[in-house]
Amino acid sequence: MFAFVVRRITQALFVMLIISLVGFSIKNKIGDPIRDLVGERVTPAERELLRDKLGLNDPFVTQYLRFAKNAVQGDLGVSFFHKKPALAVIAAKAPATLELVFGAALIIIFISLPIGVFSAIYPRSAFSRFTMAFSTLGVSVPVFLTAIVLIYIFSVELNWLPSYGRGETVSLGGWDSGLFTVDGIMHLILPCFSLASIMLPLFIRLIRSEMMEVLETEYIKFAWAKGLHRKRIWFIHAFKNTLLPVITVFGVQIGIMFAFTILTETVFQWQGMGFMFLEAVERSDISLLVAYLMVVGAVFVVVNTVVDIIYGLVNPTIRIAGRK
Amino acid sequence: MSHLLEVNDLEVKFGLRQGDLTAINGISFNLDKGERMGLVGESGAGKSVTGFAIINLISKPGFISGGRVIFNGQDLAALSEEAMREIRGNHISMIFQDPMMTLNPVLTIGTQMVETLQAHRRITRPEAEAIALEKLKKVQIPSPEKRLAQYPHEFSGGMRQRIVIAIALITDPEIIIADEPTTALDVTIQAEIMDLLQQLCESEDTGLILITHDLGVVSQVTEKIAVMYAGKIVESGLTDRVVNNPKHPYTQGLIKALPGSLQPGARLNQIPGMMPTLTDIPPGCAFNPRCPLCETICRNQEPPFIPVDHLTRMVACHMVKPDPSMGTR
Ligand SMILES: Nc1ncnc2c1ncn2[C@@H]1O[C@H](COP(=O)(O)OP(=O)(O)OP(=O)(O)O)[C@@H](O)[C@H]1O
Ligand code: SF4
Ligand SMILES: [Mg+2]
Repeated sequence: MFAFVVRRITQALFVMLIISLVGFSIKNKIGDPIRDLVGERVTPAERELLRDKLGLNDPFVTQYLRFAKNAVQGDLGVSFFHKKPALAVIAAKAPATLELVFGAALIIIFISLPIGVFSAIYPRSAFSRFTMAFSTLGVSVPVFLTAIVLIYIFSVELNWLPSYGRGETVSLGGWDSGLFTVDGIMHLILPCFSLASIMLPLFIRLIRSEMMEVLETEYIKFAWAKGLHRKRIWFIHAFKNTLLPVITVFGVQIGIMFAFTILTETVFQWQGMGFMFLEAVERSDISLLVAYLMVVGAVFVVVNTVVDIIYGLVNPTIRIAGRK
Repeated sequence: MSHLLEVNDLEVKFGLRQGDLTAINGISFNLDKGERMGLVGESGAGKSVTGFAIINLISKPGFISGGRVIFNGQDLAALSEEAMREIRGNHISMIFQDPMMTLNPVLTIGTQMVETLQAHRRITRPEAEAIALEKLKKVQIPSPEKRLAQYPHEFSGGMRQRIVIAIALITDPEIIIADEPTTALDVTIQAEIMDLLQQLCESEDTGLILITHDLGVVSQVTEKIAVMYAGKIVESGLTDRVVNNPKHPYTQGLIKALPGSLQPGARLNQIPGMMPTLTDIPPGCAFNPRCPLCETICRNQEPPFIPVDHLTRMVACHMVKPDPSMGTR
């Protein structure tokens, strides 16, 4: 297990290395740090002098190493628009996005697990057939359409839930949280459901098909032959084996969900990283864009590594078996 | 005298789109306490389905469509699900073919043993673990104390089948149904596992239904035998009688196909043709397209399964006449 954890962390560091190379290349080729610092009204001669002074004419590798060293120390450059360190800008926006993804992940877990498991155990029930048909449709509905429909029903028609912004937040040591006020939670509901809706059909189907496959195995048949109670067979014997592949996919999909926050945050005017990203694109704020890429990349890698380590804890064969 | 297990006219069908297909077509046999019986026949004869039918655990479209399975005086085919659960793994245990697939990969050996006891008895985990240890010793697992906390992948195939046997024995069942328990194992350890199973059944006085292709194993381990063909028993009797003096042409074919019965250099005597699939079982005697003795009557009329001697031999063949001393039937 220890060797496995070390191996996974090494892999994670390697992926971060590649992400940082990509980030640095973008900055190096497209970014204009002189403009970021002094704006447009400076003569070419002065610019050249500044380039030399800042080391921008150094070889690629030297510059990359400087970039990486700064990045490790938490310095991801300065946002041209905000005139603040890029990381500080992102840090101010991160809680909104993380809470959005966290809420969506909870919704996915608490909806897809029971539905997936139930429809695997009773595949012929009317409920299973209905959710299967529904999730087939659901896969193809784009997130902004779901969001608009939800807003129309729950905000415009029923007037139950707010449709934009984060509502009342509480500051916990620099972390603006919407999780501790009723108003904040109310504001979270629609964006979280919209974001979750992209992954829900996938997970319901995944859990169902994995569980159905497991229920057909010899060891489940043997569990029946041992005379175990059916709850134990379903929820211990079959469920544990179903979880293994689902955990891996979950890790990847949570990472992908960060990409979808850009759309969701735009529709709901959610002041998070995704919203900030689109603003940065409009303003050609390259340093901020690259910083966003690095941060989201890091989150993706950390989530995947943690999920893989959890997988290793659940799966006793991890040390010898290769994974598909 | 009533038997421990009495299978009467058992019939199993698979409900498929084309209609119901009959996989087991009215078979009867019985087993007494501590008795060991072999169930043999080529692939597709219905041996496994019979085994699962006894504990009412046939996989999905399959169901018991007729007959009775009387165990200790109650009809298992008519029991409620909960009452049947109490029988499975408690009074009648099963051992499967492939020990690599039988054990749950994410649960420890200890858990998989203890849960079996706890499903049938009010017992604490330490008490159950003590019994598990005792059974692991019986199946000769070295240093069992360490083994309880290990997972299946930490054991070899032979060791895993020993563990499966220990699980089957853990509740001291009256009957064990072993469905080709050594087929998936390395040849070098097949005999070892078979000997172990036989010796344990003998010492615990446990009944055994041994499902196998291997007539050699059957004659070593069992006292009686039933030969199946296309969902029916075509011959049954005392094992050494049937193996040394087979009466049904199908049994004769099986015995001739045994490598041991060959002279050196002789050709392998496979029975020509194949077991029919459920959709095209021929009318009359199902064996008739492959039978060297086939006559017209065999194609038109099903042979009855009747006693042919005083030693419990029964045969279903038009060409096998009962011992004259049996009197008229
Ligand atoms: N789930 C199922 N659906 C349809 N037919 C089935 C099913 N399971 C078994 N059968 C059929 O029932 C018949 C008997 O199968 P069974 O598995 O009992 O054979 P067997 O004698 O155990 O053979 P083998 O030696 O290969 O294990 C076969 O014709 C098989 O195709
Ligand atoms: S009944 Fe006829 S076909 Fe069937 S086994 Fe006997 S001789 Fe052969
Ligand atoms: Mg079989």
